[in-house]
Amino acid sequence: MPFKRYVEIGRVALVNYGKDYGKLVVIVDVVDQNRALVDAPDMVRGQMNFKRLTLTDITIDIPRVPKKKTLIEAMEKADVKNKWENSSWGRKLIVQKRRASLNDFDRFKLMLAKIKRAGIVRQELAKLKKENSS
Amino acid sequence: MAAKRKTPVKSRNPDLIRGVGKYSRSKMYHKRGLWAIKAKHGGVFPRHAPQPKAPTAAEKPPKFYPADDVKKPLLNKRKPKLTKLRASITPGTVLILLAGRFMGKRVVFLKQLPSGLLLVTGPFKINGVPLRRVNQSYVIATSTKVDISGVNLDKFDDKYFAKEVEKKKKKGEGEFFEAEKEDKKKLPEDKKEDQKAVDASLIKSIEGVPDLKAYLAARFSLKSGMKPHELAF
Repeated sequence: MPFKRYVEIGRVALVNYGKDYGKLVVIVDVVDQNRALVDAPDMVRGQMNFKRLTLTDITIDIPRVPKKKTLIEAMEKADVKNKWENSSWGRKLIVQKRRASLNDFDRFKLMLAKIKRAGIVRQELAKLKKENSS
Repeated sequence: MAAKRKTPVKSRNPDLIRGVGKYSRSKMYHKRGLWAIKAKHGGVFPRHAPQPKAPTAAEKPPKFYPADDVKKPLLNKRKPKLTKLRASITPGTVLILLAGRFMGKRVVFLKQLPSGLLLVTGPFKINGVPLRRVNQSYVIATSTKVDISGVNLDKFDDKYFAKEVEKKKKKGEGEFFEAEKEDKKKLPEDKKEDQKAVDASLIKSIEGVPDLKAYLAARFSLKSGMKPHELAF
């Protein structure tokens, strides 16, 4: 099984530990074997250990340690935000966040909706069963 | 007593530091104009005739002198402040009751009573919780709010919820068994009317929101996998 996602300049990664948990950042330089210089449009550029990053499939085309403006332009050109939100990984994270922020009333409405959907599915199934058996 | 002034008197002798005034006694005598008062009254301060004292009742010598001197406790004039209400609890909030007969029921918060307890109602028709008092600590506040503007809550305070004091009946031999029969207390009609009046406009605003009525009728419970410290209410 060869590796598919490499640490390279322009690799978009997800932070999985620490103050910036859950943010998408771009690797703009490699400091040494364990650390990378990392940047995002809304944070100060800083170093991060690779263990805190999970690499994604998305890369962007930037020179080593670009200016913030260049970085933002490159991210817009590669359309990182939309690619991320349409990917299955990104969609899962969005759903998780939504589920965690549900109100007690929202949870109740969700339960009613689930029951309703299950009822409809069961009705269809019963219909199909009847058609098949007859 | 002398007539009250319109504005409180500001001291003519400002403090240099606490306990030390700026002006000496003689200077203050001149500042207050006491020389002018003396001059007006011919060199003497005016003296009022002593007001006749109201006749005090003759004090009887006490019947009982305690053997040892008993210490009197110190005077305490502190008045406790009204219990601080959590910021998440505002009139119209849906609360989850955590203890007592109505454990798990979702109720509507009406107002905070002078004793600090929360006045709460089901509404009665929806989930069987009447107008009731509940302590803030036994309640989870959700972020769901109900429109409470059409309700008049002026007549409800802690005295409304006080227990009825029974008149002491003389117990005779034969009356012992009869007294047991009338133990069951009926709820007075005016309390039922109050409940209906409060609930009428509440129920109308609740029915305006889809599913809210069923939500209030259902009880809350923790299911498998629900972590209370991670739930958003």
